[in-house]
Amino acid sequence: MSTGFLAQYGGQIATLTIEHLWLTGAAMLLATAIAVPAGIGLTRAPQWARPVIAVANILQTIPSLAMFGFLLPLPWLGDRAARIAILALTAYALLPILRNTYTGIRGIDPAVIEVAHALGLTGRQRLFKVELPLAASFILAGLRTATVTCVGIATIAAAVGAGGLGELIFRGVASVDNRLVLAGAVPAALLALAADALLGLLERRLRIPTQ
Amino acid sequence: MSAAIEFRAVVFETAQGRRLLDNVSLSLEEGTTTAVLGRSGSGKTTLLRTVNRMVETTGGQVLVHDRNVRDSDLIALRRGMGYVIQETGLFPHFSVERNVGLLPEVQGAPRQQRLMRSRELLATVGLDPDTFAQRYPHQLSGGQRQRVGLARALAAEPKILLMDEPFGALDPLTRSEMQDMLRTLLSQMKKTVLLVTHDLDEALYLAHRIVLMSDGRLIANLTPEEFMHSPHPEVESYIRAFHRSEIRQTEQQFPENSAVRP
Repeated sequence: MSTGFLAQYGGQIATLTIEHLWLTGAAMLLATAIAVPAGIGLTRAPQWARPVIAVANILQTIPSLAMFGFLLPLPWLGDRAARIAILALTAYALLPILRNTYTGIRGIDPAVIEVAHALGLTGRQRLFKVELPLAASFILAGLRTATVTCVGIATIAAAVGAGGLGELIFRGVASVDNRLVLAGAVPAALLALAADALLGLLERRLRIPTQ
Repeated sequence: MSAAIEFRAVVFETAQGRRLLDNVSLSLEEGTTTAVLGRSGSGKTTLLRTVNRMVETTGGQVLVHDRNVRDSDLIALRRGMGYVIQETGLFPHFSVERNVGLLPEVQGAPRQQRLMRSRELLATVGLDPDTFAQRYPHQLSGGQRQRVGLARALAAEPKILLMDEPFGALDPLTRSEMQDMLRTLLSQMKKTVLLVTHDLDEALYLAHRIVLMSDGRLIANLTPEEFMHSPHPEVESYIRAFHRSEIRQTEQQFPENSAVRP
């Protein structure tokens, strides 16, 4: 990419990167706020785990362009493209976070949970002092997968006018200009790699040594 | 002496209708140690777990200091008794010091008081606080982990200790050291102990009363001396089986010394 190209599109790339980050960040916050409590809830009522995880799984299989299309006609949502994008990205992020929260807590050594009960810890104390800290690296691994997926899918959000780096890609495809495609794709890929590395680092720090 | 724990015709049936405890009546006097023996699946652990309501009985009553455990506040009941299990269940994300001080912590004890109590208890169970307080469970040996588990069980100064095969996973030497330490501790502390074990020697060494269970029923409740001379066929066969397995273990350890048998 030439200096001239960067001079012409640099500002736009920066703005769209921030938009991309906003779409992904908002979706991740929303998904975490839904999926972590839901995952905890499922550990208390495991008979619901299979059907609930199956629903999240189905959401995951809907092609992203179709998902944006489904949401477009909905009232309130359809008024602002960013809302549609955030909701769709949230739906994609649910499964990894939900599944990892559930399996992370269920996978804790039963002896540890037994002792937490036997010591007389309240439900809240068990959750915050034992279960969540011990499942933290698992939950974070789910968040990491979800974030990387969402950074990628967020490029499709431009199809409904939600902005983000996908806009450059779509414009590049429409005008058969590979420089524009790359101007969108490269920062998106870098964002995904950065998120993966950062969350991976955090995940490793939270991992509890057992040996 | 009054009963610290009393089981009155206790029954426990699983949801599938399997009866794991069948009319068990037993009284544990204050400040004594009662060892419960029996083969796997005889109901020993289930009986122990009815005391802190980890298992809810389906019939009969369990009384702790004359109060039905069902009428007690569950959290207060459990905080009032120490619990030690074979797997230790130490919290892997907490240092030894925090593991021991967790119960005082959730009860709102000031940090300084908690730390002092943890260090005092570590010394009580034979671990140097300066060396071990900041370690994590994965940095300890099996015996050290079990000592920390015991210190944690003693943290809230419970009058009752529930111990489910606490030394079952340890090698014979470490087990013997732990038994010595526990015996000394118990003679100083006067706790009421319900000890589930497979090990007859451990029961004879530590307990004032030995209870034998089979198929959810209480077969015998005797002093160690009475137990060893009991004519009861199930007691006799337990003693015989225990000695046979001991001989087998010795033969496996020292095959060159074992006699040739027909």
